[in-house]
Amino acid sequence: MLLIRCPVCEMDRPELEFRYGGEAHVARPLDPSSVSDQDWAEYLYFRSNPRGVHAERWRHTSGCGRFFNAIRHTVTDRILATYKAGEPKPDLATLTGETGR
Amino acid sequence: MTQPFRTAAGGHVDRARAIPFTFDGKSYTGHAGDTLASALLANGVALMGRSFKYHRPRGVLGAGAEEPNALVSVSRGGGRFTPNLRATQVELYEGLVAESQNRWPSLAVDVGEVNNLVPPGVFSAGFYYKTFMAPAGAWKGVYEPFIRKAAGLGVVPREPDPDHYTHRYAFCDVLVVGAGAAGLAAALAASEGGARVIVADENPAMGGGLLDEPDLAIDGQPAAAWAAQAVATLVARTNVTLLTRTQAFGYYAQNFVGLAQRLTDHLAALPAHAPRERMWKLRAGRVVLATGAIEQPLVFPDNDRPGIMLAGAARTYLNRYGVKPGDHAVVFTVDDSGYAAALDLARAGVAIAAVVDVRPEPGEAAALAANAAALRVLSASVITGTSGRLRVSGAEIGKVGPDGTVRPVERIACDCVLMAGGWVPAVHLFSQSRGKLRFDDARGIYLPGEPAQAQLSVGACNGAFGIAAALAEGFAAGGAGAAPAVSGEIAPMGGGFQGAVPHHRDPQKVKAFVDFQNDVTAKDIRLAVREGFRSIEHVKRYTTNGMATDQGKTSNMNGLAIAAGALDKPVPQVGLTTFRAPYTPVTFGSFAGHSRDHLFDPVRKTATHAWAQANGAVFEDVGLWKRAWYFPKPGETMHAAVARECRTVRDTGGVFDASTLGKIEVVGPDAAEFMNRLYTNPWTKLEPGRCRYGLMLNEQGFVIDDGVIGRLAPDRFHVTTTTGGAPRVLAHMEDYLQTEFTDLKVWLTSTTEQWAVIAVQGPNARRVLQPLVDGIDISREAMPHMSLREGRICGVPTRLFRVSFTGELGFEVNVPADHGLAAWEAIWAESQRYGMAAYGTESMHVLRAEKGFIIVGQETDGTVTPNDLGLDWAIGKLKPDFVGKRSLTRPDMLKADRKQLVGLLTADPAAVLEEGAQITAEATPIRGRPALGHVTSSYASPAAGRSIAMALVAGGRARMGETVFIPMPAGPIAAQVCEPIFHDKDGSRLDG
Ligand SMILES: [Zn+2]
Repeated sequence: MLLIRCPVCEMDRPELEFRYGGEAHVARPLDPSSVSDQDWAEYLYFRSNPRGVHAERWRHTSGCGRFFNAIRHTVTDRILATYKAGEPKPDLATLTGETGR
Repeated sequence: MTQPFRTAAGGHVDRARAIPFTFDGKSYTGHAGDTLASALLANGVALMGRSFKYHRPRGVLGAGAEEPNALVSVSRGGGRFTPNLRATQVELYEGLVAESQNRWPSLAVDVGEVNNLVPPGVFSAGFYYKTFMAPAGAWKGVYEPFIRKAAGLGVVPREPDPDHYTHRYAFCDVLVVGAGAAGLAAALAASEGGARVIVADENPAMGGGLLDEPDLAIDGQPAAAWAAQAVATLVARTNVTLLTRTQAFGYYAQNFVGLAQRLTDHLAALPAHAPRERMWKLRAGRVVLATGAIEQPLVFPDNDRPGIMLAGAARTYLNRYGVKPGDHAVVFTVDDSGYAAALDLARAGVAIAAVVDVRPEPGEAAALAANAAALRVLSASVITGTSGRLRVSGAEIGKVGPDGTVRPVERIACDCVLMAGGWVPAVHLFSQSRGKLRFDDARGIYLPGEPAQAQLSVGACNGAFGIAAALAEGFAAGGAGAAPAVSGEIAPMGGGFQGAVPHHRDPQKVKAFVDFQNDVTAKDIRLAVREGFRSIEHVKRYTTNGMATDQGKTSNMNGLAIAAGALDKPVPQVGLTTFRAPYTPVTFGSFAGHSRDHLFDPVRKTATHAWAQANGAVFEDVGLWKRAWYFPKPGETMHAAVARECRTVRDTGGVFDASTLGKIEVVGPDAAEFMNRLYTNPWTKLEPGRCRYGLMLNEQGFVIDDGVIGRLAPDRFHVTTTTGGAPRVLAHMEDYLQTEFTDLKVWLTSTTEQWAVIAVQGPNARRVLQPLVDGIDISREAMPHMSLREGRICGVPTRLFRVSFTGELGFEVNVPADHGLAAWEAIWAESQRYGMAAYGTESMHVLRAEKGFIIVGQETDGTVTPNDLGLDWAIGKLKPDFVGKRSLTRPDMLKADRKQLVGLLTADPAAVLEEGAQITAEATPIRGRPALGHVTSSYASPAAGRSIAMALVAGGRARMGETVFIPMPAGPIAAQVCEPIFHDKDGSRLDG
């Protein structure tokens, strides 16, 4: 069971308290009516699914209830950073450099 | 009863205490401190089980968790029955009742033994895949019953488990797994400075291999005494927790380790109310793995007869339990540890017929000691076969020539053969922790590489074999103190010979076992390679090597080496199968803990639950809720009760508990705009005091929820959701509010449990409520359909909705949940003046279906759009955007052949269709042609006087009047497509 740091509560809490929410930084288009069918389908259904670091949404469901973002390595399951929704994605190169393998 | 193989002295059992027990119904006596295996051996019982495929007689191979053969079932009465326990780990207690497994009619005479005589090939590698391929259908009739009866391990318990199990979460600075020399040393050193240390060991006593070394001295003290002192020191430290009988079975991310602690299995009398097992969910700052090594058997023909065991196990039986494995032993060894066993046994009076050593020369210390004890050593020799039926009676010896060929030389009579096939580090937990293993070419063993977590492996599991090396690594890992001096040790060297022992016999005609528990032979593994399997993971699955309950603790390395040999590749290039949790089997009870029976899931009850119970309600589970399903009168069937309830509602009225509907209060200056974006409907112009049916989509444009929503004030909405959808809808709303529509000032609060909801439906609904309301004008003119008033009812505050899910005049009375029962009782009393009925969820379903009202989750399945449901009227077409809007114009959403909601009327009005049944255009479905759709709702309708159904049918709205078919086992049922409404099409009854 992972320990996940909630950036709102500022505490490491067990995975059981959280709910996964899919890839992060997939912004809803501001004016969906002006988006082409193809682009809308990409927005709805296409995700990056990387083997490696992945920015993803989590919600502290059984805690503060807030959505936030995490950078997780999909192979090692290590969470390299968590940050509040709306904050910019951290620089991945710095993150992976800092935390090693 | 005498114990012929018990030594006169020695061992750590309590000889003053005789412990009676039974095995397969026969009575024996052992001593306190025995395991079932050691006590049986003491009594001269070598035969303890039958093998899985060939039903070959088997004795004990090991002395601990690695045991593949001696699996037993233990019954304690009263439903307490545990199969597949390793006799080597079952502690003896007074009155223990154990049974062997996998034999019929008895252990000595087993019908299944004929499997051993069937032609070669029938049970060879991949036999599951080959033998049962054809003819089709034979599996169910022939093979499966045969396999189930003849093979398999223990039987499943039949009665519910009367025991209870508990869970504990814990934290520590250092977790030490294994309390042998390395583990004790690490624990002593780590705890010296006050760090919180937990030590877990699978055995009843700590000390591990230190308990098996009579000649070895640590700082001049006997090894066992040093261990006892170390344990005493740790016990005295308040920062240390010692857990015996505790298996670290799983190692997960971030040093999260699962421990299974056995609390009562070893007790003759079970303490009242004590849990049987405790599962520890432990998070450790640092983990020290001191899990030791597992001695490997040697793969030679007929290496599985009772009496053939691991040399290290024989030492354990002798030194820990005071039990001789036999009277005449042949020791077959690949390293010096076989000599340690031979010397111990010789001193205990066991005649060592020979030490058969595959090496041209034994190690120096071993040679000296063997010489001193006048042991007969046969170097460059192997065992090429054994004899004996229920116990080994002799070993065939072969001499290995310089070219590797084997020449038979002699037969040696014996009643036990001890195999010292080399030691393999127990890297299971290290590997589970995602650490990468590295192969030590020199010793032919896998060792822990770089750890993936804050963790260290010490002692034999790290390749540091022997007590001296283990102590040194343990103390170093604990970070304090120097290791004590060790004398008198013949240390094993690890690794050693792996693969199949060479012999001169026809390999097709002998069985040299690799995996004892799954009956996999060297021949099977070679066959798998010949048939094209290259990856060890595939070889494993094809042969089932290492896939039994012992997970290959004594077979993986030999199997790997044989496969590597057949592939002519070095071992590390063939790879290693993955180690998975649990290390040893863990009971289901332990995982379940207290989550069973009434504690399995919370039960949610509405305020009127007790009233419904007292009035004969039958309940159904809806999510966690208990809902009144129907209210049968004495002797009334469900069908009759539902028909009566439905008729009564339409004739005069009915009362229904709708409290389980989800409720969310949406509040804030931007509440209306938020509702505009989250629901398809327009909300801006809805006046306070009015309600609207709301439809919620996901971004893909599919219906995910619906409900009536009332506007209480410009900035306040009372939202209702489906019963099951409440948490999902709130999470959906929060998601958009927190991450997309962050500009909106809105607060969301779940109020599901704050309000009890009593639906009063039917022509007399207004008359019932009239005398009960206070300060609310509920007249037809003042309170029209789809309106909402706040005031008082039955003396308590209410939010009163005028809504209808039946098509009749209706109200839904919301009162604070604490007043729900009182309000219900007052309304009920009033309703009885009009002969109204209490009705349950079944009638609610029928009444709404008669009106064609959908239920999200019944008429929808996550792929249904508003248009599919004929609900375009609920879409605010002038709104620039709402969640799901853009998707509604995607090309796929506009296709004419989408499945659309229609009604169905069966040709036979008495035929009630099965919900979920497929619908086809032809009476006999045409192969390869997809179904048109499926039945979503179907009931016998009292109002229509016949059966009714709703269905999703491709292009359904263009099929009005067409006949479709519902193919069923008894033949196709014809039905006509119609509008999905079956009663009061013009809605005239809404006003009563
Ligand atoms: Zn939080």
